[in-house]
Amino acid sequence: MASRDVYIVGVAESPLGKVYDQTEFSMAALAVRDALDEAGLRLADVDGLFVNYMGEEGSVQLGEYLGVQPRYADSSDLGGASFEAFVHHSMLAIAAGRCEVAVLAYASRQRTRRGRTRVMAGDPQSLMSQFEVPFGLAFPLGHFALQAARHAYEFGTTEADLAEIAVAARMWAMKNPEAWHRDPLTVEDVLASAYVSEPLHKLDCCLVLDGGGAVVLSHAARARDAAKRAVRVLGAGEAHGHWHISQSRSLVETPAVTSGREALAMAGVTVEDIDVFEPYDATTISVLLALEDLGFCPKGEGGRFVAAGSLRPGGSLPSMTSGGGLSYNHPGALGLHLLTEAVRQLRHEAGERQVPDAEVGLVHGVGGLLSVGSTVVLRRE
Amino acid sequence: MNDTGALWGDPLSEPFWRAAWERRLKVQFCAQCERYQHYPRPFCLSCQSDALAWVDVTGRGTVYSMTRNWLDVGSGLVPPYVVALVDLDEGPRLLTNLIDDTLCIGDRVEVTWRDRVDGPPLPVFKSLD
Repeated sequence: MASRDVYIVGVAESPLGKVYDQTEFSMAALAVRDALDEAGLRLADVDGLFVNYMGEEGSVQLGEYLGVQPRYADSSDLGGASFEAFVHHSMLAIAAGRCEVAVLAYASRQRTRRGRTRVMAGDPQSLMSQFEVPFGLAFPLGHFALQAARHAYEFGTTEADLAEIAVAARMWAMKNPEAWHRDPLTVEDVLASAYVSEPLHKLDCCLVLDGGGAVVLSHAARARDAAKRAVRVLGAGEAHGHWHISQSRSLVETPAVTSGREALAMAGVTVEDIDVFEPYDATTISVLLALEDLGFCPKGEGGRFVAAGSLRPGGSLPSMTSGGGLSYNHPGALGLHLLTEAVRQLRHEAGERQVPDAEVGLVHGVGGLLSVGSTVVLRRE
Repeated sequence: MNDTGALWGDPLSEPFWRAAWERRLKVQFCAQCERYQHYPRPFCLSCQSDALAWVDVTGRGTVYSMTRNWLDVGSGLVPPYVVALVDLDEGPRLLTNLIDDTLCIGDRVEVTWRDRVDGPPLPVFKSLD
């Protein structure tokens, strides 16, 4: 059958910040209901479920919780890149007629429940336990730090360059009433914050909070019924490289090279067409590498690009427009929030932080240890 | 020995740790394509041959990247300490610690061994002078 155009027809966030009166599943369910409401749809309409980080067989557990029995299911664990990859997977399923209404959902209470572990422990026979854990590399910040250090060595990227990214995110957060951190931030403030793993400072790293959300995708006939303006999914791509940092072929290049190329080619656009950029800003170096690898600037030029204020409000590439994981919220996996923010920007409902005339958005998810990349291109229609 | 009484590590990595007890650094070498690989695999990843053997390497390498860690990660090491990736001259890249404070990326290093109570010595690296 002919391929169908695919749209994001509804987005919603779960309760955010410090959540004491919900469970992960109730938070996800609330977000799913709200996102379906935007789309003019009901739980009974959902026939595709895409879930990660909700426990074993995540889509099965959430399906039971919602009373949904999908005919297309995906519980892929691609780390933080899962949600953009789910857009890719659901897009193909809907386009091929294998799914009518896809729901992507997630929630976490990493802040109020237990925080993050800093070391990957687990099976003592695993390669991680044998060859990496004993050396005490912080997980994941130490892995990002090794990438930042190598980038500094090869290209002269400075800690001040990285700090610019945190400063830009905060400027956007100051325009977002929902953001966690809204007081002004300077490069000096970032550099004065304690080192976590050199060269990364505490303020180079994202927040640890509760949160979650849901995104609903469908095809044109259903998009017409959506209460809010639907946003077209033009293209998507994904790729992954290493799991253990020692096995990475290059610390200064990420799978964004492939996922971005695939997504942009499918979308039929170039980086010059992108009006708003939502990268997974787990750390400042994550953003810098994505900028280079997606082609917004040449490899090695990321420091110069951000130091010019490109990412800031009024800059040439508005980025992290909610304030990002650095200043707005980060529940453990940011991917759904990136999509939600991109959709709001393209619907022109982002209020004070609205990027004027935003038409085309690029969302880039990162998973593992800068080792999974998934990219989505969206357009206002 | 691990707690099941078997030799340390997993069935494929066991030769690495047996050598570590003797303070010898060994990795897999493929006789077919003459490449070294680490972590161990059941066949050569480069040419898919079975002609693998564990061989001694010189223990010399170059610092590829490094970070001074300030977080308490429950590893038993007291921060700050340096975690690094070292490229062995033979090719494989190891995650390790550097024991000399003055080392930088690009410096030449050689292996030394850190004893521990709960297993074989760990390969760490010091300045090659």
